[in-house]
Amino acid sequence: MNVMTDTDWLDIGAVEDIPLRGARIVKTPRGCIAVFRVAEGEVYALDDACPHKKGPLSNGIVHGRSVTCPLHNWVIDLETGAATGADSGRTRAHTVRVEAGRILLDPGALKQ
Amino acid sequence: MKEQLVVVGAGMASGRALEHLFESDPDRYEVTLINAEPRGNYNRLMLSPVLSGEKTYEEIVTHDDDWYGENHVTTLFGHAVTRIDRDRRIVVTKSGETAYDKLLLATGSAPFMLPLPGADLEGVMPYRDLDDVNRMLDAAEMNESKAVVIGGGLLGLEAAAGLRLRGMDVVVLHVMGHLMDRQLDASAAYLLQKDLERRDIKVHCKANTKAILGSNRVEAVLLEDGTVYPADIVVMAVGIRPETRIARDAGIEIGRGIIVDDAMRTSDPHILSIGECVEHQGMVYGLVAPLYDQAKVVAKTLLDEEAAFKPVELSTKLKVTGVDLFSAGDFAEGDDREDIVFRDPGRGVYKRLVLKDNRIIGAVMYGDTADGAWFLSNIKDGTDVSGMRDTLIFGPAFAGGAQMDPMAAVAALPDEAEICGCNGVCKGKIVEAITAGGLTTLDQVKAVTKASTSCGTCTGLVEQVLAVTLGDDFVMPTVKPICPCSDLTHEDVRRLIKARELKSMPAVMQELGWKTSCGCHVCRPALNFYLLADWPLEYGDDSQSRFINERAHANIQKDGTFSVVPRMWGGVTNPRELRAIADAAEKYDVPMVKMTGGQRVDLLGVKKEDLPAMWADLNAAGLVSGHAYSKGLRTVKTCVGTDFCRFGTQDSTGLGIKLEKRLWGSWSPHKIKLAVSGCPRNCAEATCKDIGIVCVDSGYQIGVGGAAGMDLKEVEPLASVPSEQEAIDITVAFVQLYRENAKYLDRAYKWIAKVGLEWVKEQVVDDLGNRAALVARFDLSQSVYQVDPWAERASTAAHPEFTPLADFSMPEAAQ
Ligand code: SRM
Ligand SMILES: Cc1cc2nc3c(=O)[nH]c(=O)nc-3n(C[C@H](O)[C@H](O)[C@H](O)COP(=O)(O)OP(=O)(O)OC[C@H]3O[C@@H](n4cnc5c(N)ncnc54)[C@H](O)[C@@H]3O)c2cc1C
Ligand code: SF4
Ligand code: FES
Repeated sequence: MNVMTDTDWLDIGAVEDIPLRGARIVKTPRGCIAVFRVAEGEVYALDDACPHKKGPLSNGIVHGRSVTCPLHNWVIDLETGAATGADSGRTRAHTVRVEAGRILLDPGALKQ
Repeated sequence: MKEQLVVVGAGMASGRALEHLFESDPDRYEVTLINAEPRGNYNRLMLSPVLSGEKTYEEIVTHDDDWYGENHVTTLFGHAVTRIDRDRRIVVTKSGETAYDKLLLATGSAPFMLPLPGADLEGVMPYRDLDDVNRMLDAAEMNESKAVVIGGGLLGLEAAAGLRLRGMDVVVLHVMGHLMDRQLDASAAYLLQKDLERRDIKVHCKANTKAILGSNRVEAVLLEDGTVYPADIVVMAVGIRPETRIARDAGIEIGRGIIVDDAMRTSDPHILSIGECVEHQGMVYGLVAPLYDQAKVVAKTLLDEEAAFKPVELSTKLKVTGVDLFSAGDFAEGDDREDIVFRDPGRGVYKRLVLKDNRIIGAVMYGDTADGAWFLSNIKDGTDVSGMRDTLIFGPAFAGGAQMDPMAAVAALPDEAEICGCNGVCKGKIVEAITAGGLTTLDQVKAVTKASTSCGTCTGLVEQVLAVTLGDDFVMPTVKPICPCSDLTHEDVRRLIKARELKSMPAVMQELGWKTSCGCHVCRPALNFYLLADWPLEYGDDSQSRFINERAHANIQKDGTFSVVPRMWGGVTNPRELRAIADAAEKYDVPMVKMTGGQRVDLLGVKKEDLPAMWADLNAAGLVSGHAYSKGLRTVKTCVGTDFCRFGTQDSTGLGIKLEKRLWGSWSPHKIKLAVSGCPRNCAEATCKDIGIVCVDSGYQIGVGGAAGMDLKEVEPLASVPSEQEAIDITVAFVQLYRENAKYLDRAYKWIAKVGLEWVKEQVVDDLGNRAALVARFDLSQSVYQVDPWAERASTAAHPEFTPLADFSMPEAAQ
């Protein structure tokens, strides 16, 4: 992370608003972003579009640090947005952090 | 402007050629792909598994619209090229002219049709493309339909086996003295014929067909010797001819096929050709392996690189599940040749090697083909076998003096030994991929090397190479574990959950040694079901372990919207419900309202956010979720029965509604569909459902284990009972037995095939005490799970699953 003040970050909600091993979406002018919360509690954000055929990843099953796309079962790494296993492709990953129970999203996520 | 490459024929050869071309240089050509078939490239070899039902067409597509899009290929499918104008460098189709700088002809071959009287009758078909398969499948749907297959070669036998699996009566007519005479000797063919006859396929060799009989449609086949075989369809699989017509008309040099040089150039330097349509050094090919090599060469030629096609030794296998045969090289008898033969009548094994000057020149094997690849590599290399003649027939395990171990055969293969004939993948390449990429599973090897992705007969061999390479790290998947998170099978897990009273997901994962922290998308839905089925009161359903459809109680669509299907009990509705559906469709801008195959209405294309409000509206009119998405009760189809129909014997509609009201909301290993017909005319199609009841004068005939999806199966009779109450009890008890015992994602028929119908009968028909206990356990579970999920979600104020966490979509909100 480079120089960036706290006020730059977008407050998108409380951590508890996302179920463990679940996801919610954030709407942006350039499409939806899926925000995931894994079993251990960490939060990740990816564009809500599978690198395969744009399946809405927010609807997938979250396991480990991955999500399985609901359309054709590609498994996407939540940290990098890259497809795992034999599939290849990558969806855009965004920086998120949690502070005082709030989820903060990198404002760059709203830009092309 | 880019150079224009026009490709005629979207078959096996051209698909590969384009892949190689784009891999090397995606920018050189702008490609137009023209195909006579109304579809793009698919794996033609796999038509037989599609015919037999082991695969779907979607699974065998090799290049889809996305692929063409990504590579900027303009496609013109369903258009045959009718003329090539070489002077103007254009090709002509019904939609107009397309100009080319380079033209690639990959038109494959045309099936040869015997010019018999009656060969033009409806119902006579070749076996070449998906349309042929679909025509065969249509015929197989008729009751007691009969097929005659002319031609006992590779294609004919695959067609025969597939049609037999689809329930048709099948006769194979073969003009020669034994089946597959081009690949097998008489002894191996004898074993093959016996195997086919065991599957109720009739084989008639030395059969000279005289005519096909019928007025409009085919009705029978007449042989020279007077035999008549009744037939609803006749499949002709007697050979193929290179498809050269447009090339010939254009004055390109033709022999048996389009003549090409080593670089796959025809006599016109702007025109190249590959595939079954070409002739190279006097040879034409009918198997994919050499065509794939041609594809590699032509891609290079197109990029002005040097490359030459070299003919290779071919081997053949038959893709009929359960039949193991292998043939390679030249196995004709001759004075200068010697045979080594091994037979084991008890196991139905036959092996024969043909030797000339101490070298193997041919091999035929039946029943045990494990050493095929090793023999083929010896043929190719011309290995001198004099030193190991005594044990040669036992394969590499003996020949090398090594231990007698099935793996040793594979271990002894040289790196150049070809494992996958279709894709030309040798052992060394697989080993390298495994060690370099850290591969551990068959699927990974398939993805990386392409081995075993075409006809699939080498799958076992690839698995063995994997085993040999990984050594102790490899666990042979004899029993299929539930998923990579565990080594246990579904059956083990179900047993242990009950035996050790494991009542939560963490308990299962801890006690049974799960290898991942929280499972995966394969095991979690299964575990969630097992736990809730076995411990309805103790276990709390875990929605995050459910597939989105069951979590959102609607079916996800390809564009991320959802479909909504309200229940219509027994297929019966009324104006009030229809009005509520119509109102909801208008209010939520539903793009399509459709009748489903399950006697109800589907509202397709609903936005996820709108679901709770839409459900609330539908709920208000008394409509609840139809669970059209669930592994649970789907529909109970009914016919009008005694209420209206002049033939009805019992109240089929009423019984259907009672059953649907009793069973809805219960989760099960896979979906459950029921139907009740009022008489044996069976208008509700009860005989192809998981549970189907046919009413008769004396009561109710209950059948189970039917299916009409990927497999088509008629129900098997479970019981005939006089009273409606007993029919209901048996049905409920059967559902509970299935819920308690089946593996997740086994439809009822698959489960019954494993446990046996007799056992099921004992549990739910004969043992009345057990029946009552099953019913009681079902009702207990329903006391927890029979809740309308829509009402549940529509009534709560917050809908976290359905609403966005935050909304920056308004431009000003982002500032
Ligand atoms: C809507 C409907 C087609 C239609 O427009 O008529 C339909 C739509 C789907 N079917 Fe079906 N099936 C529909 C009736 C059938 C029938 C006919 C019937 O039920 O009488 C069959 C054959 C009968 C049978 O099941 O044996 C059928 C056999 C399948 C299969 C193959 C199942 C099998 O075990 O062989 C699948 C795949 C699966 O379940 O794994 C499937 C899967 C699907 C899915 C759920 C695919 C998916 O996962 O997205 C489709 C959802 C479309 C959507 O988004 O709404 N559908 N499907 C029908 C809904 C009936 C209903 O009212 O609930
Ligand atoms: C059921 C079946 C099972 C088989 N099993 C095996 C097997 O196990 N192993 C094996 O090695 N081989 C097998 N084969 C053979 C293998 O499929 C062929 O060798 C291979 O498909 C040939 O590839 P191709 O590209 O030359 O031709 P094709 O795959 O036939 O493609 C040619 C395409 O060109 C199109 N076309 C023709 N003329 C025109 C025109 N004028 N304009 C536009 N388009 C045109 C055709 O419609 C066709 O789609 C099998 C074949 C069949 C039918
Ligand atoms: S609705 Fe059924 S048959 Fe139609 S495409 Fe979907 S799964 Fe296939
Ligand atoms: S769109 Fe995600 S796997 Fe196909």
